[in-house]
Amino acid sequence: MFLKDYIVDVYNGVASLLKGMRKTGYYFTHSKEIITEQYPDNRATLKLADRFKGEVVMPHDENNEHTCTGCTACELACPNGTIKIITKFDITPEGKKKKAIDAFIYRLEMCTLCNLCVAACPSDAIIMAPNFEHSVFDRSKLTKILNKPGSKIKEGIE
Amino acid sequence: MLSLESITKTTQDWLLAKFSPTMALTIECIIVILLCITLFAVLGLVLVLLERKVAARIQIRLGPNRVGPGGIFQTAADTLKLIMKEGLTPDTADKFLFNLAPFVVMMVAMLLLAPIAFAKNFQIWDINIGVLYISSVSSLSVIGILMAGWASNNKYSLLGAMRSGAQIVSYELSAGFAVLTIVVLTGSLQISEIVAAQQNGWWLFKGHIPVVIAFVLYIIAVTAETNRAPFDLAEAESELTAGFHTEYSGMKFALFFLAEYINIFIVCAIGATLFLGGWMPLHIGSWEAFNHIMDYIPSSIWFMGKTFFLIFVIMWFRWTFPRLRVDQLLNLEWKYLLPISLFNLLLVTVIAILGWYF
Repeated sequence: MFLKDYIVDVYNGVASLLKGMRKTGYYFTHSKEIITEQYPDNRATLKLADRFKGEVVMPHDENNEHTCTGCTACELACPNGTIKIITKFDITPEGKKKKAIDAFIYRLEMCTLCNLCVAACPSDAIIMAPNFEHSVFDRSKLTKILNKPGSKIKEGIE
Repeated sequence: MLSLESITKTTQDWLLAKFSPTMALTIECIIVILLCITLFAVLGLVLVLLERKVAARIQIRLGPNRVGPGGIFQTAADTLKLIMKEGLTPDTADKFLFNLAPFVVMMVAMLLLAPIAFAKNFQIWDINIGVLYISSVSSLSVIGILMAGWASNNKYSLLGAMRSGAQIVSYELSAGFAVLTIVVLTGSLQISEIVAAQQNGWWLFKGHIPVVIAFVLYIIAVTAETNRAPFDLAEAESELTAGFHTEYSGMKFALFFLAEYINIFIVCAIGATLFLGGWMPLHIGSWEAFNHIMDYIPSSIWFMGKTFFLIFVIMWFRWTFPRLRVDQLLNLEWKYLLPISLFNLLLVTVIAILGWYF
């Protein structure tokens, strides 16, 4: 009985080791599996993961319209005061006053890329973009205004 | 045909014709020393690069690829850096032993080169107790490691050296038994005779399953003896920073590093000689045409091919398996490898006596 256990032990051990070696042997012989990105050389064709979080951006469509309502949910959600929203009041064609953003101030140097602002946004106005080449020569260049000049809110977004 | 054998013969004839026998011997010794040092340097560079490339491919990376085409000058650049670095000796270290230890480790590696047959009739010293010489000299390397660990006056070094001592002393046994199986089959301790006995087939194929088991045991045991992962407890980076060579820097560190790779080469060369027929080409029974084609490949290429194949296998181990704990390490040796190799030796002896091998 003891001898049987012993032999089964040795057999299982060897089998599991060979399983591992088969996996690494597969990787060794299949160069298409290599995941290394040779970054500065392949800058044009660089492929980043979909989940990559580089900075917060506000997408604008072809009419220079965004979907930010200025609700400041992102500003409240931000744990370290990276986002500051300055609001203004637009006059609609009917003569009513409507709240809109004047400037969406985003301080990249303070951002921890925690994604809480994107999760908090009710109208999906901001997303995480896969840009990572952020170095600049002046710190003030890291304070960005996300809404483009002259942009306005898309119709039908409340 | 130009071969290593004819080159050595021509050199010797020329030297004997020009000088007195004593002078010729001295010159030959100097040539051999120079060749050994060149081999060491080249092997160090090639093996370190090979290891890094193999590791990278196994971990789905690219590895060194910036210095020279495909990164082939990476190790040369690293060596240049190590030469220029300061070789620091700690204040509280035992200075004499501390500086001696790398050379002891290196010397053991050099001594082991003597009985290895690199090609047909191309051997430094065909001693009649070759296998015994190898197993006795290879156990000396633990002295260098213990010396380094103790003289460093550092707790990590000492722990690493003690672990290494326990490990090498234990695994020497099963490596010895694996070597003994071939000695039993061949009936000789001389390297050249062991190679000659594999004229009609390598022992790995001729000796049935017991020799295959002995081969596997030999590979496991020598991986442990050369202190490589998964048995690299002596230098366990995560626990002991670098183990016995924590305090070494510059060229003294490089000597330890080089000695590790030279030792791998030597144990693989011995494994190739004992189990895979050394420089003997692959011969299959009575296939005359096939055997003739195989004979056209130079014997040195056969030897190097087999050795590098075994080196690759050991590197494959290193980048696949996780490190063992100290108790697991000793369990593996004393509870598994040793009983199996004892039983296996008995089996091989029976096979040898009854003549059941081909």
